[in-house]
Amino acid sequence: MTLDAPLAVEATGLVKRYGETTAVAGIDLTVPAGVVYGVLGPNGAGKTTTIRMLATLIAPDSGTARVLGHDVVAEADAVREQVSLTGQLASVDEELTGRENLVLLGRLLGLRRAAARERADELLDAFGIASSAGKLVKHYSGGMRRRLDIAASIVVTPRLMFLDEPTTGLDPRSRNHVWEIARALVAEGTTILLCTQYLEEADQLADGIAVIDRGRVIAEGTPAQLKASVGTGALHVRLLDPQRRPEAATVLERAVGPVTLDPDPAGLSAQCPDAARAATGVAELSRTGMGIAHFSLDQPSLDEVFLALTGHAAEAAATLEEQTS
Amino acid sequence: MSAATTAVDDTDTAAVRRAIASTARPPRPGPLSAALTFGWRGMLKVKHVPEQLLDVTVTPVMFLLMFTYLFGGAIAGSTSAYLDYTLPGLLVMSVLFTTVYSGVSLNTDLTKGVVDRFRSLPIWRPAPLLGSLLGDSVRYVIAGTVIIGVGVALGYRPDAGVAGAVASLALVVVFSFGLSWFFCVLGLLLRSPNAVMNAGFMGIFPLTFLSNVFVDPATLPGPLQAFVDVNPISVLATACRSLMDGTPDGVAITVSLAVAAGLAAVFLPITTRLYRSR
Repeated sequence: MTLDAPLAVEATGLVKRYGETTAVAGIDLTVPAGVVYGVLGPNGAGKTTTIRMLATLIAPDSGTARVLGHDVVAEADAVREQVSLTGQLASVDEELTGRENLVLLGRLLGLRRAAARERADELLDAFGIASSAGKLVKHYSGGMRRRLDIAASIVVTPRLMFLDEPTTGLDPRSRNHVWEIARALVAEGTTILLCTQYLEEADQLADGIAVIDRGRVIAEGTPAQLKASVGTGALHVRLLDPQRRPEAATVLERAVGPVTLDPDPAGLSAQCPDAARAATGVAELSRTGMGIAHFSLDQPSLDEVFLALTGHAAEAAATLEEQTS
Repeated sequence: MSAATTAVDDTDTAAVRRAIASTARPPRPGPLSAALTFGWRGMLKVKHVPEQLLDVTVTPVMFLLMFTYLFGGAIAGSTSAYLDYTLPGLLVMSVLFTTVYSGVSLNTDLTKGVVDRFRSLPIWRPAPLLGSLLGDSVRYVIAGTVIIGVGVALGYRPDAGVAGAVASLALVVVFSFGLSWFFCVLGLLLRSPNAVMNAGFMGIFPLTFLSNVFVDPATLPGPLQAFVDVNPISVLATACRSLMDGTPDGVAITVSLAVAAGLAAVFLPITTRLYRSR
């Protein structure tokens, strides 16, 4: 990031309270243009509230934010002209057809009637919804609805797109579709601010990540830095012969890292700093002539990231907050 | 079924990239154009979800048939005399019931996240609200026309003819514009579309019965009669009767319009404020 590159988001000390609850407790966020920036955190961490402030839907109680150079409060319309929001709910009109939804947004963005229809058809084709274009959205599957939602957000290509948990509740195939679309957007120059609970999703898409917890940013960096700070994932090995597990444990302890024995009598896991080390471990095991039934390398989960960064588990965040407030 | 559709369709990455690359931002639409677009959305909903309209038109038609043929003779001496008395009132009831749906559909938009999308667009802020009013007015006209049509089929003949019917309908629709803002406020405050519907009908149902829509209040006990006399629904029904009869009651018409204006003056600003901040 160079100094003269325009910032997509520049937020300082954002705070939002709802009665007694502080949803966002002073968030600073700097997002360079042209990247996918991930905001990672458990439910209730303040991700959606932050996005709603940046998208001009709610005003912060204190703090300031500039989006693409415009103040989100004083120049809200200038911000709205350049951003679009794909919320946690698929915010499309269920009582209209897919095509009508897109034509509606095209018209609201200023396209003439014919241009709006043409654009709708182009998007329906590209997003694989063409065959259901004339059906009411309430009959769509979750994946189709989500794609329509994203299509609705790019009827006019935004410079910054907020994606709030775009794959929550989707099957792996639909999730891959969404990721492909996100990559295509970035390739064409749109900046994406991605809120997610999944480290894997942030890892797949994001160039930079901010981890937030209880309304604050608690860590920032690239996915690699973040994972390195957590330590690691784990190498899981399942042996053909459970008898040889103690021997395998010794080998992996030396070649990879600290070993724990799985409940499965033939299985064991080693904490593993990177994939190369895992490969060495597997090679060492083979050299001893040990039969390996199966092995896999796990990414550290959001839980592990949270545990490492905060000392408490991700799911417990909300309850802990309730207890302390 | 949906699984099969997904299997046939697929995202085409190259096409997605072309689609993303291919737009220049058009100039912002004007306020009127944005509001009309929302009006178009309202019409599409009338087309796609006719059940909503059916709900609110069937009830008044049912009342029309029941009251006319069960009680009509007893109340007014003959069913045709009762039909003359009650039809303008049922017109009021029918259209006012429809206004509850302004709040219901606003709440649906809110709970489905559609409002968030509209609010993140660079459009004239009141456009979604005014636009849905346009769509609603179509519903009002349909609901009113149905009840008048059924009345005519049963032998109702207003003295002022078509002009009287049109004038009555117009007055009720204007009144409904005012009242609908009250239900919009409910729609923005309550948790679910069903809650809005229940609260709405809990209010409008008794208010309609405690009016002169069905019976002449002359026989009612004093305090009840006093209430019925000041009930705006009575005033509106009286105004409609006078228009149907070709003897316009200036006071009733003026009071009806003033109440509508008052409702709008109070609840329109509350609606826009809530809409902006939710």
